[in-house]
Amino acid sequence: MEDWTSLKQEKENHELKEVEGPWEEKTAASPQVPDPQSSEPLEAEQAPETGPQPSKSPPWSPRSRASMVLGDLTELGALPPHSPPQQPSSTPPLTLGEQDLETPLQSDRTTSIIPNSGTLVSDPLEQPSDKRESTFHRARQLEENTFPQSQQSKSDLYGPKDPSYDTSKQKELRFDIFQEEDSNSNCDLLQLEPGASEVAPSMLEIAIQNAKAYLLRTSSKSGLNLYDHLSNVLTKMLDERPENAVDIIENISQDVKMAHFSKKLDTLQNENELLPMYEIAEMQKTLFLQGNLEGADQELEDEIAESSLPNVMESAFYFEQAGVGLGTDETYRIFLALKRLTETHPIQRCRFWGKILGIERNYIVAEVEFREGEDEEEVEEEDIAEERDNGAIEADEEEEDELPKAFYKPPPTIPKEENRTGANKYVYFVCNEPGRPWVKLPSVVPAQIVIARKIKKFFTGRLDAPILSYPPFPGNESNYLRAQIARISAGTHVSPLGFFQFGEEEGEEEEEVEGGRDSFEENPDFEGIQVMDLVESLSNWVHHVQHILPQGRCNWFNPVQKDEEEEEEEDEEKEEKGEDPDYIEQEVGPPLLTPISEDLEWQERRMPLSMPMCSDRS
Amino acid sequence: MDAESLLLSLELASGSGQGLSPDRRASLLTSLLLVKRDYRYDRVLFWGRILGIVADYYIAQGLSEDQLAPRKTLYSLNCTDWSLLPPATEETMAQTAMVKGRFMGDPSHEYEHTEIQKVNEGEKIFEEEVVVQVKEETRLVSIIDQIDQAVAIIPRGALFKTPFGPSNVNRTFEGLSLSEAKKLSSYFHFREAIDLKNKTLLEKADLDPSLDFMDSLEHDIPKAGSWSIQMERGNALVVLRSLLWPGLTFYHAPRTKNYGYIYVGTGYVGCSPGAI
Repeated sequence: MEDWTSLKQEKENHELKEVEGPWEEKTAASPQVPDPQSSEPLEAEQAPETGPQPSKSPPWSPRSRASMVLGDLTELGALPPHSPPQQPSSTPPLTLGEQDLETPLQSDRTTSIIPNSGTLVSDPLEQPSDKRESTFHRARQLEENTFPQSQQSKSDLYGPKDPSYDTSKQKELRFDIFQEEDSNSNCDLLQLEPGASEVAPSMLEIAIQNAKAYLLRTSSKSGLNLYDHLSNVLTKMLDERPENAVDIIENISQDVKMAHFSKKLDTLQNENELLPMYEIAEMQKTLFLQGNLEGADQELEDEIAESSLPNVMESAFYFEQAGVGLGTDETYRIFLALKRLTETHPIQRCRFWGKILGIERNYIVAEVEFREGEDEEEVEEEDIAEERDNGAIEADEEEEDELPKAFYKPPPTIPKEENRTGANKYVYFVCNEPGRPWVKLPSVVPAQIVIARKIKKFFTGRLDAPILSYPPFPGNESNYLRAQIARISAGTHVSPLGFFQFGEEEGEEEEEVEGGRDSFEENPDFEGIQVMDLVESLSNWVHHVQHILPQGRCNWFNPVQKDEEEEEEEDEEKEEKGEDPDYIEQEVGPPLLTPISEDLEWQERRMPLSMPMCSDRS
Repeated sequence: MDAESLLLSLELASGSGQGLSPDRRASLLTSLLLVKRDYRYDRVLFWGRILGIVADYYIAQGLSEDQLAPRKTLYSLNCTDWSLLPPATEETMAQTAMVKGRFMGDPSHEYEHTEIQKVNEGEKIFEEEVVVQVKEETRLVSIIDQIDQAVAIIPRGALFKTPFGPSNVNRTFEGLSLSEAKKLSSYFHFREAIDLKNKTLLEKADLDPSLDFMDSLEHDIPKAGSWSIQMERGNALVVLRSLLWPGLTFYHAPRTKNYGYIYVGTGYVGCSPGAI
């Protein structure tokens, strides 16, 4: 044992000093060739390349040879063949990488030596050593011809490299040396095999040599070669002795390779890639946590749920029957998100409106009705609008004296409908993903609806993204989203005939003057309609959202009427132009609760045929 | 999407609101298996569905061993009985380009449209109105072919080209990494390369001939916005939606073998007309 390690160290030192260690080792490792005569021609062959070195060899080689054989034998006697793992502990401390490489090599060496000594015992002197040596020569020469490059790194003839040897290349060179050892021991093996079988087909040998040269090729990427890798894997397996090694050889191979990776790089990649995934999981976890806490008092929750929270899961089930809708888990997340929305805002009624796909992100839209306490943001917005108007008027007044005024007056702006009426009956909240905070959309202005009818844009998923279009859209994406929601709701929200009826208590006279009643309530006597009736006839479905007039409002607003205050001025102007004060005919659309069979272009619509769609407003 | 992993695929692609009802799913699982057996396909893909006014067309495709060979297309109205569609030709493409509007849902429905043709009779040239009739079946074929040519996609590495020519499914494909999944260049058109042949040698230099033998998405026209690429469910799912053919959804769970595309739509290119 001691001999072995000390020898190794010594030998390595020797090799690093560029004395022809490999040669010695080679001859030493094949104990069948004890006669110096056979090694002389080899040295002679090497001489022209390495120069003045051969003189050093005689004093060194016999000793090493002797100790080597001794070492082998003692080791064989003392240790079972699979005990190499104990060796690294006594190896001299080199650099880290070297140690890693060295361990398997040693084991390799011992394994290769085992058959060596075996043959030594079985047929010690019968082998025609000369013949073997000569075949070996031939193989070597052939190999030199065919693989001049691999030869340099692999085999003994690394003399030519010596002059270029410097400190920066030290590690590389060490690596070469190890490979060399490896190849040497393997050469012995090769030598022995034909020796043992007494037949030496040289073609086979060459083929094997070629294959080995291929295995030993160093990868340009990782600096490893397959031969070392395989030996590492085998060592690891023999060390650890796993059950069913054949099943997990891929993993072992991976582990061995992973050990070579620089750890710093590894963590950097992982940390960066996984961050957003954890972030959203963290956000969504709060949804579930809240749900669990609430689940404690179930009764109270049921009461709340009936009043404000929609039964998203039930309607999702019916939608799934019809072949539309989102996935089950996403629906449930949305349900939890809606629940959180109702908990954080004074919401009387909430409904899952739908999902609008965007380019970068999507929108999940919730339709809510606030309780009596309306929020304050509305007021602020109006203030800003008024200020803007005032500013414009002031500017006009200043210029009035000197320059002629432009005849063109912008068409009167149609005011938006009050909250809780018309297109602003409901408030809409959006979020990009369940778990992210809900954002309240601003209320819609008629001009936005009018313009939105003329343009077609993809949603980006960012509420503050500008809408670039012709005609110019007044607002950013949040306004556009709100306008589209209003249009979609007005066009497509339907309920079975008879489910809703007009409210009788509210002032009907006033509304009838305006051309249609705009409030409705659930019919308590509604008994349901036969499914087949709903499927067969479109007249059994009615709109329960007010039609949006071309003006952009649900309830008619007379723009001329508004100008009565400034009537005199206008009249004068119009007389100048020679035009009659234009009378605008009131725009009328289909009243509330009109069957969808009377829709315009209803042929374009899709008739539900196979399955009845489930109205969400049940 | 692969017919064999249909349920998982539908679940993954459900973020776009496109799904199948349970009865359709069950019958697809059964009947596509029989399609594979009867027609001896190597692989059967559930392609999607085209919405008609009266009924929907459910479309499946059969692939031979060479994944890029012309695919056989089948349609069904009830997800149980499948009929083979004839391959699309340029002639039918030109004919059906005239037809607009929704599909009816009746394969034997004939669209009529009048064409003005110039007829030479001696020296005089008459303009004659000819009524051209196009069957809905041929229109279906040409739309499916157009969609396939334009937006059928597959992640890089899912197919590999063998030295003998045919391209096979890559069994060692382990999914794209997260950073790759966010790039359009990691996705290929699932058809024979067209643009690749026109590339310069310099552009081809870095390509791996066994993997990069199809056109990648990054050169699609319009360059800025023919695809929407999104990470969903945290980063566990990447979803590509075609803006050119709205309704086509491609999903891929990074680092897994789950990928596929499904088309659910009306067969309109670009924004669908007829919005109120």
